[in-house]
Amino acid sequence: MKDLLSDAWFTAREFLQTFGASQLFLLRLLMLTPRALLRPGLIVQQVYATGAMSLVIIMVSGLFVGMVLGLQGVDTLSRFGSEEAVGTFAGLSLIKELGPVVTALLFAGRAGTALASEIGLMRATDQLSGMEMMAVDPIKRIVVPRFIGGVISMPLLASVFTAVGLFGAYCVAVIVMGVDKGEFWSQMQPNVDLVRDVLNGTLKSFVFGVAASMLAVFEGYNAIPTAEGVGRATTRTVVITSIVVLVLDFMITAFTL
Amino acid sequence: MFGFHRKASHAQAAPESENIVEIRGLWYSRGSKRIFEDVDIDIRRGDVTAIMGPSGTGKTTLLRLITGQLVPDRGTIVVDGKDISRLSRRQLYELRKDMGMLFQNGALLTDLNVFENVAFPLREHTDLPERLIRHIVLIKLHAVGLRGAWSLMPAELSGGMARRVALARAMAMDPSMLIYDEPFGGLDPISMGVIVRLVRRMNDALGISSIVVSHDVDEISAVADRSYLISDGHVAGYGTPTELEQNRNDVVRQFMTGMADGPVPFHYPGPDYSEQLLTRAGR
Ligand SMILES: Nc1ncnc2c1ncn2[C@@H]1O[C@H](COP(=O)(O)OP(=O)(O)O)[C@@H](O)[C@H]1O
Ligand SMILES: [Mg+2]
Repeated sequence: MKDLLSDAWFTAREFLQTFGASQLFLLRLLMLTPRALLRPGLIVQQVYATGAMSLVIIMVSGLFVGMVLGLQGVDTLSRFGSEEAVGTFAGLSLIKELGPVVTALLFAGRAGTALASEIGLMRATDQLSGMEMMAVDPIKRIVVPRFIGGVISMPLLASVFTAVGLFGAYCVAVIVMGVDKGEFWSQMQPNVDLVRDVLNGTLKSFVFGVAASMLAVFEGYNAIPTAEGVGRATTRTVVITSIVVLVLDFMITAFTL
Repeated sequence: MFGFHRKASHAQAAPESENIVEIRGLWYSRGSKRIFEDVDIDIRRGDVTAIMGPSGTGKTTLLRLITGQLVPDRGTIVVDGKDISRLSRRQLYELRKDMGMLFQNGALLTDLNVFENVAFPLREHTDLPERLIRHIVLIKLHAVGLRGAWSLMPAELSGGMARRVALARAMAMDPSMLIYDEPFGGLDPISMGVIVRLVRRMNDALGISSIVVSHDVDEISAVADRSYLISDGHVAGYGTPTELEQNRNDVVRQFMTGMADGPVPFHYPGPDYSEQLLTRAGR
């Protein structure tokens, strides 16, 4: 009984310590963010690393998602005799949901894993401790620029995804399925609202960007410093980010509709 | 080149104590494992001090405690007159600019080349013009014999070269204390000889203090002024290489002569051998 109690106490204390450490990490991350903007060079590098490097996967995925939307849209809407609405249908789906969500999931798989494993490896090879010994704060020098780079990249990638997706839908609906070109675009104009739809989608992609980047750098920074630990951190990044993004998506949608 | 100014001003500020590091009553555990129990250690200014001990006794942990990366459970660690567990993060970083540390594997930044690795602390902490940074970096690389390797990436270096680059980087800010974690481990005899001589030469030429963690008894005896032998959470022996050689303590004798079994057992604790062979559950 006494053993059990002391065990429980030990576990609770460990949990609080870990929990406290992660709170502290996130707090320092956010506190150091404004000042990091003073070194734009480091951030530009990271926008390139996370953003530009993810462009190909984002554009290819966007194209195919858009084309499927075109096919399904025409098929479904023709049952109501209103296949010209396919432009509105694809536009709203992409801007409000698929753009931010699918981009965030792809971002977690491409950029998030890269961030987590890069920082985790720096931890495992003592590069982070080495920096601390050179009186350089690794959170400031390594973690924050990567976090900001991710936050900047996500909305940009989501808008690329949406634009390419619309193009894909247009190709399928207008060129292949013969929907009227003028109708495709003109129906979209009055039906897509700047604030309710476009800004809402941008807000989502920004929030997902913060969540995905934060989780990736957190997992990497706190990885167990072994090869196995870095691998596990990378996997956790994808799993946790995916769940968090989908839950956040529901919450934001519920509160803004 | 900047270190000399700093040292001159130190000397005026306060009468320097003889020890650059003073550890008193240090207790430290990791989880439920006790690593140090009531340890006292003095590191003398200007000396090369060795910390020896079997693997896993906590030598690296001790270095992390001295440099403030870990905080002791009990006891005090005074470095250059300052109790490091009472320093703010900023004061700690200020103190660390005066220490250079070599990690077991070099810990070079893998995405920067040799030149940029050595330049890294200068770029982070000073606003020196590029020309001056170039001079300093080349001087430091020359001192470790790797001026010609400035453009290589860390992945292209051998173990001994990586450690020499790390040494050049540790010296970039002209620290008054250099700390080496197992600088001789896994090196061929020639590289090992190079590092042994570098440790001694840096210490004497720059007038700094050095702490060297190692379990290579012969190398360490050649280079250290004084050694501490740590075993099982305690200081088992202390003294000059000759004094340790003559120490009658069993742990010290076992370590210095490299006997497999003694007070430090060869076998990890376990059940009786024959019993374990005969029971199926013992697997
Ligand atoms: N991050 C850590 N978490 C838990 N235990 C650790 C950690 N690092 C080291 N230890 C334990 O502390 C002890 C001392 O480790 P270390 O200081 O690396 O020994 P040495 O450098 O003398 O070989 C070892 O038993 C090791 O298992
Ligand atoms: Mg060690």
